[in-house]
Amino acid sequence: MPGTNGSAPSGTQVTFLEAIKQAMFEEMERDPAVILMGEDVGVYGGAFKTSEGILERFGWERVIDTPISESAMIGAACGMSYLGLRPIVEMQFIDFIVCAFNQITNFVAKGHYLWNAPAPMVVRGPSGGGVHGGPFHSANPEMYFVHTPGLKVIYPSTPYDAKGLLKAAVRDNNPVLFFEHKFLYRRIKGELPAGDYTVPIGKAVVRRQGKHLTIISYAAMTHTSLEAGEALAKEGIEAEVVDLRTLLPLDEETILNSVKKTNKCLVVHEDTKTGGIAGEIAAILCEKAFGDLDGPLMRVTSLDTPVPYAPTLEEYFLPNAKKIFSAAKELARY
Amino acid sequence: MKKELTRQQYLDLYYYMRLNRAVEEMMVKLFRQNKIVGGLYSSLGQEAISVGTAYALEKKDWLAPMIRNIGALLVKGVRPRDVFMQHMAKYDSPTKGKDGTSHFGDLDNLHIVSPISMLGDLIPVMTGVAMAGRYLGQRIVAMTWIGDGGSSTGVFHEGLNFAAVQKAPFVLILENNLWAYSTPVRKQVPLENLADRAKAYGIESYIVDGNNVLAMYSTAKEAVEQARAGEGPILIEAKTFRRMGHAQHDPAEYVPKEMRAYWEARDPIALYEKFLTGENLLDAKGRKEIEEKINTLLAKERDFAENSPLPPPEFAETGVYCTGDDCHKIRAKWERPIAEVTPPRSSVEAVWTVPGFGSGKGSGGAHAPIHFGDTQPAETKPAEAGKSAVQAPAKAAAKKTVKAVPASASRKARR
Ligand SMILES: Cc1ncc(C[n+]2csc(CCOP(=O)(O)OP(=O)(O)O)c2C)c(N)n1
Ligand SMILES: [Mg+2]
Repeated sequence: MPGTNGSAPSGTQVTFLEAIKQAMFEEMERDPAVILMGEDVGVYGGAFKTSEGILERFGWERVIDTPISESAMIGAACGMSYLGLRPIVEMQFIDFIVCAFNQITNFVAKGHYLWNAPAPMVVRGPSGGGVHGGPFHSANPEMYFVHTPGLKVIYPSTPYDAKGLLKAAVRDNNPVLFFEHKFLYRRIKGELPAGDYTVPIGKAVVRRQGKHLTIISYAAMTHTSLEAGEALAKEGIEAEVVDLRTLLPLDEETILNSVKKTNKCLVVHEDTKTGGIAGEIAAILCEKAFGDLDGPLMRVTSLDTPVPYAPTLEEYFLPNAKKIFSAAKELARY
Repeated sequence: MKKELTRQQYLDLYYYMRLNRAVEEMMVKLFRQNKIVGGLYSSLGQEAISVGTAYALEKKDWLAPMIRNIGALLVKGVRPRDVFMQHMAKYDSPTKGKDGTSHFGDLDNLHIVSPISMLGDLIPVMTGVAMAGRYLGQRIVAMTWIGDGGSSTGVFHEGLNFAAVQKAPFVLILENNLWAYSTPVRKQVPLENLADRAKAYGIESYIVDGNNVLAMYSTAKEAVEQARAGEGPILIEAKTFRRMGHAQHDPAEYVPKEMRAYWEARDPIALYEKFLTGENLLDAKGRKEIEEKINTLLAKERDFAENSPLPPPEFAETGVYCTGDDCHKIRAKWERPIAEVTPPRSSVEAVWTVPGFGSGKGSGGAHAPIHFGDTQPAETKPAEAGKSAVQAPAKAAAKKTVKAVPASASRKARR
């Protein structure tokens, strides 16, 4: 993936995972108020090794191996943030974030609105399927939280964005949930600039220019959509691919600009269909671009089932380039 | 506690208990006049717990109240008008009408964390407050309260366990008032003493007569000092009784008459008045003065509250997010050298190096490793001798209190 935001990438090719690690190292280096907490993040360096070496660098006070208590660690992070710390909490797998659902949605998210208490903290962890992790290690639980005012929700697709957005998340004064698609961890590489940079939260990006239809996606499905985009181009259909990057707040402007140009919209997400972000985007387009639409909003998503384990089942469950390709072709016919 | 209380401290405890009760009585009137927007809870008969424990904190310490801890808020410096306005959903209230009851806080000055309704959630949050304070070198203690009912939530256990492994300077007061709404404690917890919850987490605990303000205070004081010294979290079970229903709407007919009568005869304010009178710390005149002071104050505070407007409707849409530095400047208050937590020094040793911190007994003195896995010294606790039974409150309030404090008022729960 090319670098985004027009900044010319310099430096070396790094994996998505390395980008996350760099972001944490650099933020902890920059600000002693930043600490890392989670299961096995210290001695072991994290289940996916995203925090390898951080304990050695920053020591025991700043890298805290916790008991298996998601509510406790997220609650504690919130308390720490009240004293001006900026904790990063790792969920070993993002599936476990719902164990702390109450702490996040009731305590953390509502504090600023109710009693003017900002909670600058980040909850991050590996999410998503495609690696045969089964029903409890493949989740895309982002929409539970997109429905929660007070949170910010980020789900990047490139190493550049992962690093820049994670740094922005740490510096943000609000609680930010940061989803890292584990399929991308070691499969996707990108060049990172040498110095410090952030990527603004709440801004989508156009990954591929096109004029016939807009494909809106995020995280791993951005890459799948781009793959479909190439195949469509061979048939003379130029798809514009928008990568949302942040789901809350949603960048309506980029969505509307693209759809007003192409007049057609296909939303692709790995999250299940009902209650996915596609429904929200459909509503926004109906409210604000109804007259610009030349076809129905279409969606390619995972099935409305738990994530199944067997490779055959999971492949059937997930969106793929072929499914996107045929949906896009159908939409292009309008 | 080495020295007994000063006359002023004895009278402070009395004043705050009276204030606590008077504030709540005034709110009952406001409730009957339909001036309170939502529900109204009462801490009648439990004032000694809120007041005695919060009084053991220093100004820099942090607390988070539960619904029956208005007394703790008053001790920490909250004005009665704020309590009234919260209940009346007024625009001048701390949450400007966005939340009610004692759901409000003050990060900057009073160091109060707002509770939410979900019972137990404050326990990990205040553990985090305690950990952050220690990390920043502030030597603070964090305190919160929980009910007998709330002690069965998952987050109570996750939070207390985490506080325990972290040796967080955290004090948890468990108000066992025998009822959780209509459910008696017997149906909630298969334990005689809820202080036994602490055993599961290897932490110290106390059992105290919750209707004895001196016992509450002195035990809390000892716990706060232990926590501040780095000895880890402490659980205090206060045995008491909820004299009103769950809230105003609940006549609590499920409570046996004899049980109510037993506890009504042990009103914490009446008991303490008797003690103060016996010790010549309070006479009829003094009592009258305090009453008048409270009445004058509360009339003013109520008038202010009543005159405050409801929030303008559009206000509902504001403040979901912090918009940055103009909204809040977030900065940690460092009271230790930052160099200790930044490379290369931060990575050197797995120890706390805050001077004087962690010097409590069992921690091996200042600068010694007090926790963290394999660096933890084999810690042998001294036998419990000398810390049992009456001694805590007796020491605290000196011999004088022995008369007022029943022999079983406070005892260290056996581990
Ligand atoms: C997690 C949760 N479940 C249910 C409730 C509803 N609720 C509010 S207070 C209460 C009873 C609490 O009893 P206890 O903890 O003993 O406190 P007390 O009312 O006696 O002070 C219940 C069930 C709640 N607030 N939180
Ligand atoms: Mg109770």
